[in-house]
Amino acid sequence: MSEPPSSTPRITAEDVAKVASLARLTLSDDELSEFTGQLQSILDHARDVEALDVGDMPPTAHPYPLVNVTRPDEVASCLDRGEVLAEAPAASQGMFRVPPVLGDAP
Amino acid sequence: MTALRIADAVRRGDRLATDVLEEHLARIETLEGEIHAFNHVTREEAHAAAEAVDTAVSEGRDPGPLAGVPVALKDNLCTRRVPTTCSSRILGHWRPPYDASVVERLAAAGAVVVGKTNMDEFAMGSSTENSAFGPTRNPLATDRVPGGSSGGSAAAVAADFSALSFGSDTGGSIRQPAALCGVVGVKPTFGRVSRYGLIAFASSLDQVGPFAVDVADAAVSTEVISGPDARDTTSIPVPVPDLVGQLDRGVDGLRVGLVTELMGEGVEPEVAARTREAADALAAAGALVDEVSVPATVYGLSAYYLIAPAEASSNLARFDGVRFGLREERPTMGETYDATRTAGFGPEVKRRIMLGTYALSAGYYDAYYGKAQRVRTMIIRDFEAAYEQHDVLLSPSSPCVAFPIGDKTADPWTMYRNDVCTVPSSLAGHPAISVPFGSGDHGLPVGVQVMAPALEEETMFRVAAALERAAPEGTA
Repeated sequence: MSEPPSSTPRITAEDVAKVASLARLTLSDDELSEFTGQLQSILDHARDVEALDVGDMPPTAHPYPLVNVTRPDEVASCLDRGEVLAEAPAASQGMFRVPPVLGDAP
Repeated sequence: MTALRIADAVRRGDRLATDVLEEHLARIETLEGEIHAFNHVTREEAHAAAEAVDTAVSEGRDPGPLAGVPVALKDNLCTRRVPTTCSSRILGHWRPPYDASVVERLAAAGAVVVGKTNMDEFAMGSSTENSAFGPTRNPLATDRVPGGSSGGSAAAVAADFSALSFGSDTGGSIRQPAALCGVVGVKPTFGRVSRYGLIAFASSLDQVGPFAVDVADAAVSTEVISGPDARDTTSIPVPVPDLVGQLDRGVDGLRVGLVTELMGEGVEPEVAARTREAADALAAAGALVDEVSVPATVYGLSAYYLIAPAEASSNLARFDGVRFGLREERPTMGETYDATRTAGFGPEVKRRIMLGTYALSAGYYDAYYGKAQRVRTMIIRDFEAAYEQHDVLLSPSSPCVAFPIGDKTADPWTMYRNDVCTVPSSLAGHPAISVPFGSGDHGLPVGVQVMAPALEEETMFRVAAALERAAPEGTA
């Protein structure tokens, strides 16, 4: 059921550039080439896992499954807004202040 | 001096917490320039905490089981109004608006926080060389690494800057540095200790635990930080075990298995030899010792280095320059995200974010992340089979003794290999402890790892205490 390891294509500089943009990281040409080689080398080590026949083994997302963990529905104190905003890069009128999200800068 | 002795003397009024603090601050003053265990020494806050302990004692109140004990905290544990950096530029000079649950419990037990310790950035590394603020040096050999990622915390205890310290262990980040610095390090069962206020790296693996000079200190500090917490939904609702009560019980009749797969290729011969001697010492103390195969552990490293980066890529999305830490402001929000993350994260963190993003991306999810999760189940089942015949399992904590600074930084996988003995029990969520046992190459300390099934810390500490009693002369 598992595909042979050779069927997974090598990671290309184009893949790494795509992944970097998804992760909101900007890479120089040198970094792109260095990271591509390193990520390929790490993925080469993962080929043992990739090639393994795991049959119908279920996935484990969490080692100690606890479900529907709730706390009592009671009003409790929360973080002090002023203290939180005092540590923000920018704040105004009791809110985080950010550059324009849509369209061009004013 | 051990934490238990300090607390005993302070509680009885024989010693002042402020005097104990001064002694430790004086050692930090003298040696910290060379070791660089700390990102931040909390001198003023420590004085206030020590004075409060002394006042409590003078008024006839008990400050708690860690009364006046100087402790150091890994810099990924949130401390209210005290900078918490994860050794990353992206958190800037951020001061959290709250304390981690572990920090609250330590304060309630009378501990005195002396500082925040250096680490691999966001706990990603095995040498503390990935810190944005420069490496920590091993107090036992200052041209060598202390291990990582909790290297500053391990070094703080080894240098006696603090009697105890606390770190986080995702794939070995407490046990491996403990081994390299000749101290005891504990990774409790996943869910045993609250993670509220621990800055997340890989949420299905991260766990907080102590470093200590001996097993008794490790036991009492594990008790202090353990227990359910409504603020952490992964916290297991079971009472705190009596660990100190286990230490003198001995190992007569306990079944101990030496894990074949963790003794093989890549383990330094002297490290393997000490581990076998540790197994022999337990047999001499009455344990039933044999060798056991846990076959799927050979896939531990590969599975771990897909799962942990995948979770990290998701967790570290929150560092975007909006709510805390660094912002590299640009004309639009999108450009600000890019500029902030590019300037704020170091190379290893970027590598793991990209690896994780790739492993989770469409077309590769099944081959990498999905597969690794199934291998994780295989490892858990192989452990379950081994634990049908054994109470605890034994292995080295680290495949090697402390290595020279710069020795393993050229190729990422060379560094990742340091975690080979520790990742299997991390993936299973099981508790494990590293106990110093003799020395290896260059006279540097060797740590032996005792692993146990989930929530079986009592048995694990029984064996750890027996190993400590049997350790050869000259053990750090």
